[in-house]
Amino acid sequence: MSAAPTTGTARVKRGLAEMLKGGVIMDVVTAEQARIAEDAGAVAVMALERVPADIRAQGGVARMSDPDLIDDIIASVSIPVMAKARIGHFVEAQVLQELGVDYIDESEVLSPADYVNHIDKWGFTVPFVCGATNLGEALRRITEGAAMIRSKGEAGTGDVSEATKHIRTITGEINALKSKSKDELYVAAKELQAPYELVAEVAETGKLPVVMFTAGGVATPADAAMMMQLGADGVFVGSGIFKSGDPAARAAAIVKAATFYDDPAVLAQVSRGLGEAMVGINVADLPAPHRLADRGW
Amino acid sequence: MREHVDVLEHLGARVTRVRRPEDLAAVDGLVLPGGESTVIDKLSRTFGLREPIVAAIRDGMPVLGTCAGLIMMADRLADGIDGQQTFGGLDVTVRRNAFGSQRESFETELIVPALGEPPVAATFIRAPLVEEVGSARALAFLPGGSIVAVEQDGLLGLSFHPEMNGEDRFHRRFLDRVRV
Repeated sequence: MSAAPTTGTARVKRGLAEMLKGGVIMDVVTAEQARIAEDAGAVAVMALERVPADIRAQGGVARMSDPDLIDDIIASVSIPVMAKARIGHFVEAQVLQELGVDYIDESEVLSPADYVNHIDKWGFTVPFVCGATNLGEALRRITEGAAMIRSKGEAGTGDVSEATKHIRTITGEINALKSKSKDELYVAAKELQAPYELVAEVAETGKLPVVMFTAGGVATPADAAMMMQLGADGVFVGSGIFKSGDPAARAAAIVKAATFYDDPAVLAQVSRGLGEAMVGINVADLPAPHRLADRGW
Repeated sequence: MREHVDVLEHLGARVTRVRRPEDLAAVDGLVLPGGESTVIDKLSRTFGLREPIVAAIRDGMPVLGTCAGLIMMADRLADGIDGQQTFGGLDVTVRRNAFGSQRESFETELIVPALGEPPVAATFIRAPLVEEVGSARALAFLPGGSIVAVEQDGLLGLSFHPEMNGEDRFHRRFLDRVRV
């Protein structure tokens, strides 16, 4: 009657990210937070033991979350659940796939497990999202099989300036590629340290072949809307929600801001009465070894 | 959503994004794309779009719904979250995430007699299934017999994403209803 179904194709993996476009993905550390996020209109949740602000404050090695916690969160919501594996830690990724998470984030927020190689993501049925600070890094991750890109920003700070820098860098580099003639693309590929075929595709289409969200320091509805106006397909909010005074209200407001990102009247309305935003750290005050965005290459 | 726009524009339709009641008033047909049905429900209520869409469906506006769009068109949900509402219109019961997690998402080919040859290339992403049809008509089944496409008057609901595979015959069928 029908051909045999095929799981784990690039179309299936990238397709889920397409369905999340325009939405907000929220970090949660308990099943209760996951339900608050779902109720506020999150398109997905990221299941974690500690939000980036706490990883930063407490220090030490940050690893994949306890499977019990991930199971709890999967059982408590109907929206997709993502979870983080350390950069290069393909066994953490195997475990997360076995647990049935919907997306794996190979994340610089955790301590890297391999300072040379990232995970070979083509070998998995579950899709991966990876961080990037520039176009070359994004294309290298896509080459390794990433089905979604997350511009990194500086997680756990509540300071949106690095997120701004990274998305502006990526979109600026894409725009620069579009204006290059065909014979210049070979050198562009060399400079970006990315495969020529992918570079040529981006030059032709004017966009990445996968969905790109922005992350790292988003704390207010206005932050989220700014990322969308800068060209993000959606927004990750980490510590910004559950480290704030009224998480449910802030979460709902950020969801509305991501949808009506180009309507200042709506943005003004949803920015009211949200209580305290997360306290935050200025990225400029962070010494280089504590900058998570420098992890990954 | 981008793929829906591409397919519809390729077929000569003028496409506009509906985010507000006044946007809805300006269109002759509606596509409810994929996404998270919980989010579509929430935002459509918050921004005053729910009642106008329910009224438009009742008044006969043609609608094509894929994945979460099918969920939103169903009169009944087997497993909605607390308080979740749909727009309704299709006399069916739909189960969300009927296949499990993303790991179980798949591509396949479907025989759809109403469309003829060749088979439809279909992408199922955390897809819903139609568990029971009332007065709606089933258009396609998976090999196990699960219903994955239904039609009732001008309403066309699909578990899967034909637009991701460049399949345009459902969109043509929808536009035929819009042009009547």
